[in-house]
Amino acid sequence: MLEHHARLIALFNYAREVVGRKKLQKMVYIAKKLKFPFGEKYQFHFYGPYSEELTLRVEELCNLGFLEETKEKVSGYYQYRYVLTEQGEQFLKHYDLELEPLQSCVTSMNEQPSRILELISTILYFDHLAKEEIVEKVQTVKQKQKYTSEEIEEAFNYIEDLKNQTVVS
Amino acid sequence: MSYMQQQLDEEKVFKDPVHRYIHVRDRIIWDLIGTKEFQRLRRIRQLGTTFLTFHGAEHSRFSHSLGVYEIVRRITEIFKNRPHWDEKERILCLTAALLHDVGHGPYSHSFEKVFDLDHEDFTQAIILGDTEVNDVLKRVDADFPRKVSEVIAKTYENKLVVSMISSQIDADRMDYLLRDAYFTGVSYGQFDIERILRVMRPKEDQVVIKQSGMHAVEDYIMSRYQMYWQVYFHPVTRSAEVILSKILNRAKSLNEEGYTFKLEPLHFISLFKGEVKLDDYIKLDEGIIQFYFQAWQEEEDPILRDLCERFLNRRLFKYMEFNPNVHMEDWHKLYTYFVKAGIDPDYYLIVDSSSDLPYDFYRPGEEEERLPIHLLTKRGEYRELSRESTVVEAISGKKRTDHKLYYPSDLIEQIEDQDIKRKISEILDF
Repeated sequence: MLEHHARLIALFNYAREVVGRKKLQKMVYIAKKLKFPFGEKYQFHFYGPYSEELTLRVEELCNLGFLEETKEKVSGYYQYRYVLTEQGEQFLKHYDLELEPLQSCVTSMNEQPSRILELISTILYFDHLAKEEIVEKVQTVKQKQKYTSEEIEEAFNYIEDLKNQTVVS
Repeated sequence: MSYMQQQLDEEKVFKDPVHRYIHVRDRIIWDLIGTKEFQRLRRIRQLGTTFLTFHGAEHSRFSHSLGVYEIVRRITEIFKNRPHWDEKERILCLTAALLHDVGHGPYSHSFEKVFDLDHEDFTQAIILGDTEVNDVLKRVDADFPRKVSEVIAKTYENKLVVSMISSQIDADRMDYLLRDAYFTGVSYGQFDIERILRVMRPKEDQVVIKQSGMHAVEDYIMSRYQMYWQVYFHPVTRSAEVILSKILNRAKSLNEEGYTFKLEPLHFISLFKGEVKLDDYIKLDEGIIQFYFQAWQEEEDPILRDLCERFLNRRLFKYMEFNPNVHMEDWHKLYTYFVKAGIDPDYYLIVDSSSDLPYDFYRPGEEEERLPIHLLTKRGEYRELSRESTVVEAISGKKRTDHKLYYPSDLIEQIEDQDIKRKISEILDF
């Protein structure tokens, strides 16, 4: 019962704080691609992989008092900040999720700028293609982000690092 | 003349209760409608189990797909000769609109959850695989199926084309809101689509709305909001959906345990194995599924038998509001009492959340989270809708989530242990 909600709470528990909905979207997507059992359905949107299900689930967690959402105005637009509440921690105690390998993955992703997470998640979205095709696809669908070759190469390396440090049983 | 440019000798029309007429002049559209994969959509209801709540909701994904095509056709007429619009993309837009749901299966929401499927994968497979749809698309050129699949997957390079079929104000949503309102018979859900289409403007990478059309868009947003609560998220429909999912779960679980079905579930074998081939998938429709549900009413397994009987005869679960922050201890107690009473809680005590549904509200969101609806001012600037409209701003900030606990009140009434029955009744408040 509500296991998907509990897994998200576990992610917030590891992250302590997530700043930005876009960052959250990409973190969950990347974790899912690393075979962590997140059930949110993703589709490709204007800014890369996006899950409406995740948006709604996070809203549910906020309405239940498990997450605290703060809306801040940052250079002309709004940004949302999420922190796990005491009640959220209590809720998590009802579950035995065995998600320890997620901790280092979440900590590492949370340190990345959302622009880079957008690149990484877009690369992973096209991971059924060959590397050259992925690069071409990223440059087509993310034309406006103007990712450099170095950034793209670093993103590939970062994905490998994440895969190596997060072996999911 | 190339196949893409070929026109029918005479325009064909489909009478339609929402758009009055659906006009087909392009040969490729007529040919696609005639394929077996597209005709299959006649046998899949647009709203799944909603007909158990609103008896008129029997309309199919076939009529919705034609409706989306018709809206996009009208948009392309409005966009003709405007800046940013490339007339060479017209047929691509029309075919993608027509085929955007071609991969939907019967009761796809429940099937996808239980069997870990994604109808969008099957849409891609039907467009790119060995199918009649692919045969038609290839007549344009060998690369055309890929382009259609990319528009539907939203990864096509021309984002304007993508946004016509999939965005916060797209042909898909506009058709299903109007069509679902019409067939359910609800009075809300109406908006002035003619006006919205007239104020749509093509821009480099999205469709925007002239600011003068803001009030028509407000009506669309209100329609979306009301349809969500009154139709899509109706608690009785959710009860039917919960039972449907549990039937599929039970059948899957019995198969894993080696249970011998009286009627071999041939159409479910590949689903049970998790190896669903396109040919198997295309054979599935609601008629087939209901046939099995009929047959499973005669099965030895009491849970499968009971759940099918409930679904077919509309003996649905009752429900109560459930707040996981307050009721978790109650839920654990109920789980234990159900076990003691011999009622399997994994099939008869279910929490359903708003996030379990595939519908959404309009959200302005955060910068670069998701593309919002943009109004185009006279100065040529973009303004996000909720910043300009107090109506949209007001409903954007409301609490829009809930959780319900579903249970079979009739089985609880039959519990012989009066102490357990009383304890359950006290928590469930009936």
